[in-house]
Amino acid sequence: MNVGIVGYGSYIPRRRIRLGDIAKVWGADAVAFERGLELHEKSVPARDEDTITMSTTAARRALARAGIKPERIGAVYIGSESHPYAVKPSGTVVAEAIGATPDVHCADLEFACKAGSEGMFIASALVRSGEVEYALAIGADTSQGAPGDALEYSTAAGAAAFIFGRDNLLATLDAQTSFMTDTPDFWRREYMHYPRHAGRFTGEPAYFKHTKGAALALMAKVNAKPQDFAFAVFHQPNGKFPMRVGQELGFTRQQMMTGWLSPWLGNTYSGASPMGLTAILDVAKPGDRILMVSYGSGAGSDGFVWTVTERIREVQALAPATRAQLDERKLYVDYGTYAKLRGKIRMGE
Amino acid sequence: MTTLNPARLTREYPARYRLEGGRCLACGAIVYPRRLVCPECGGREFALHRLSNRGTVKTFTVIHVAGSAFKHQVPYILAVVALEGGGTLTCELTDLVDQQPEIGMPVELQFRRIQEDGEAGVIAYGHKAVPV
Amino acid sequence: MRDVCIIGVGMNDWGELWDLSLRTIWTQAALAALADAGVDRVDALTVGCMSGGLFVGQEHLGALLADELGMAGIPATRVESACASGGVALRTGFLEVASGVSDVVLVTGVEKMTDCSGDEATAALATAADQEWEVFPGATFPGLYAMMARAHMAAYGTTKEQLAMVAVKNHAHGLHNPHAQYRRAVTVEEVLNATVVADPLTVLGCSPITDGAAAVVLADGETARRLAKGRPLVRIAGVGLATDRMALHNRRDLAALPAVTKAAQKAYAMAGITPQQVHVAEVHDCFTIAEVMIIEALGFVPVGRGGPATEAGETARGGRIPVNPSGGLKAKGHPVGATGVAQAVELTLQLRGEAGARQVEGARLGLAQNMGGTGASSVVHILEVIP
Repeated sequence: MNVGIVGYGSYIPRRRIRLGDIAKVWGADAVAFERGLELHEKSVPARDEDTITMSTTAARRALARAGIKPERIGAVYIGSESHPYAVKPSGTVVAEAIGATPDVHCADLEFACKAGSEGMFIASALVRSGEVEYALAIGADTSQGAPGDALEYSTAAGAAAFIFGRDNLLATLDAQTSFMTDTPDFWRREYMHYPRHAGRFTGEPAYFKHTKGAALALMAKVNAKPQDFAFAVFHQPNGKFPMRVGQELGFTRQQMMTGWLSPWLGNTYSGASPMGLTAILDVAKPGDRILMVSYGSGAGSDGFVWTVTERIREVQALAPATRAQLDERKLYVDYGTYAKLRGKIRMGE
Repeated sequence: MTTLNPARLTREYPARYRLEGGRCLACGAIVYPRRLVCPECGGREFALHRLSNRGTVKTFTVIHVAGSAFKHQVPYILAVVALEGGGTLTCELTDLVDQQPEIGMPVELQFRRIQEDGEAGVIAYGHKAVPV
Repeated sequence: MRDVCIIGVGMNDWGELWDLSLRTIWTQAALAALADAGVDRVDALTVGCMSGGLFVGQEHLGALLADELGMAGIPATRVESACASGGVALRTGFLEVASGVSDVVLVTGVEKMTDCSGDEATAALATAADQEWEVFPGATFPGLYAMMARAHMAAYGTTKEQLAMVAVKNHAHGLHNPHAQYRRAVTVEEVLNATVVADPLTVLGCSPITDGAAAVVLADGETARRLAKGRPLVRIAGVGLATDRMALHNRRDLAALPAVTKAAQKAYAMAGITPQQVHVAEVHDCFTIAEVMIIEALGFVPVGRGGPATEAGETARGGRIPVNPSGGLKAKGHPVGATGVAQAVELTLQLRGEAGARQVEGARLGLAQNMGGTGASSVVHILEVIP
């Protein structure tokens, strides 16, 4: 029985900040940062945007492409590390806003940057089991980096939403896998404002080990080699990592270009590889095979193999494309405005 | 006592979250939000009418001095928007890029945070207008 | 219905009255009106007050203030219609006398707005608009009027300069009002260059936060004649009250004030007069655009010509139809609930010929127009002097 994506949608906020404007404030070498990370600018959420608002817009776009009534959605999962509430799900607001309540299962997920793909993993399994007809999974974040920290150059905002079902698929899910160990490369303790990371430990033992672990397990499952895929997308905390891990796995830059958004978007955390997938779906052709591997610190990777169907052509134009949102009508802000929007300024009592 | 009381907020979800209003079955007038009596004909029966999320700006202003809830968001644009197919509302107009607000500007309603009850209280969501 | 006359008027000096509580401000004005009327007992009183509750945490003002006046026991009614509270309190008193229920009624208005923070005062004033569908999504009171201004400018070509001229005129008038909060002239440039509150309205285009009270004593015609003391009698010849859709976005015409037109039509009909017969008017210039729209709605000038008429000086003292010789809300101040009653105070003085340096020559018919919110309620009174 086929399970896959019935509708997809993405949302990228309009505001941007250039890395150079951040580096100037902290006396850092902007050129070195941009070169080292392959990051140039990142998205910034407005004061009235958060994981819930972006998820709602992305979900509405997914519904537009799915062409189903929202009441038929049986589950809503939002993965994020910046849920607006620590206790009270983002999913209930989104479910209410799209009209899926009350016959709907809902849970908020957290697993650093792979909370979005986690939702996708669970949603597809729930549909496959026959428990629900359609399930909505969203990866969204308005993540924060401590002022002056390396993370401040990459933490960005965005949302990607997928509706899973069994009929009218625009992409079938051929296989999914998950590869996970307890690896404290990046974390945030309860009540702390900003996350911490373990420097270079976030590289080989964390990102690369788990991404490769999931990718290899996935390709073994579907008995495929890198050349068999039209597109590959990996978690993209910066521009460098996904290109490096992809090439080490045997993928070409060409295969990865379409899903590679981070140089101009930043790291949208739980939205990262899912957004890359939406950018691919925006231009994919029937028959294209896509490999997607996420990564979340802590640590783990979810992997998926998709095959695009004929139906993709009917739905691409039904909602805004990801690349268009990334490249067009941007609103640049300076660091002062950025700090104000991100709540980094100590306000009066 | 405040519009941010949780019960008070929850009861307005149909209008604020889903743009639900009513269409008077007697005269066809669109009301938003729903109400018990038609302001045009006095009718008492309505069908559910979801406002379109597309509309035009009827008038606007740029607010530079605001009350405490919006104090740190100034300047912001406030507009009266008439939606396609009926219904009008008041909302912020935001995310203009290299444009000035204009009467007649086509806009789309997008889900946004409207207010919050301080750092620890509930967050109130609704819609704002963005340029198409 | 019996004739109703105004036999006494009183108000205090308006402004930021740090030393005076709501009770004291009110009682001072009430005593002044009683003294002017030559009476020391009344049959009933009304109190116009927008929000004793939000500004000073005090409701039940009718009973409280009757007590303050040493008249605990008499019927007392608190009246609220946002910024039209005072005018509606006057209408309430008028009805009580006209119907024969009472012979002498003390009509008062009061607002104490400085016992709370600026933010709290702003929030309290905003309750005159639609809390759920205008204020919740970000509307401010000046913001709503600014949207009306923009609609008026788009429809009729009204200019920012013409709006500013309303403030200039009313400040010029206020120079001669000893009770006014502001007694200084302003120029068009100053108004245009002042801090923008909500484009196109600057802070000098908006009425201020004020503490103040005003009072008039109403009496039936017979009682009034008996107490006249040789002064000309001022009679309430016409009254009208009307409402409109609360939220600006629900109104058919964003640049019009139909509640004002309807209230005025009722008042004109009752008085048997046309707008052209009015000699002097006190209107609700909470914002400069309001006066422009009001003089159109009252029929003083054609629709859309409020700006040019102001520019041409038609509404200045000495012009064709002097508007707000007291200084209006702009210069006199706007203690919300008191405004409508203060309008009646000014007109009574004008009609008696007691307005001193503010006197409009030959004023025999006056019109007071008071308005709530962005025009969702409006009350009009027409006063005439009986020789």
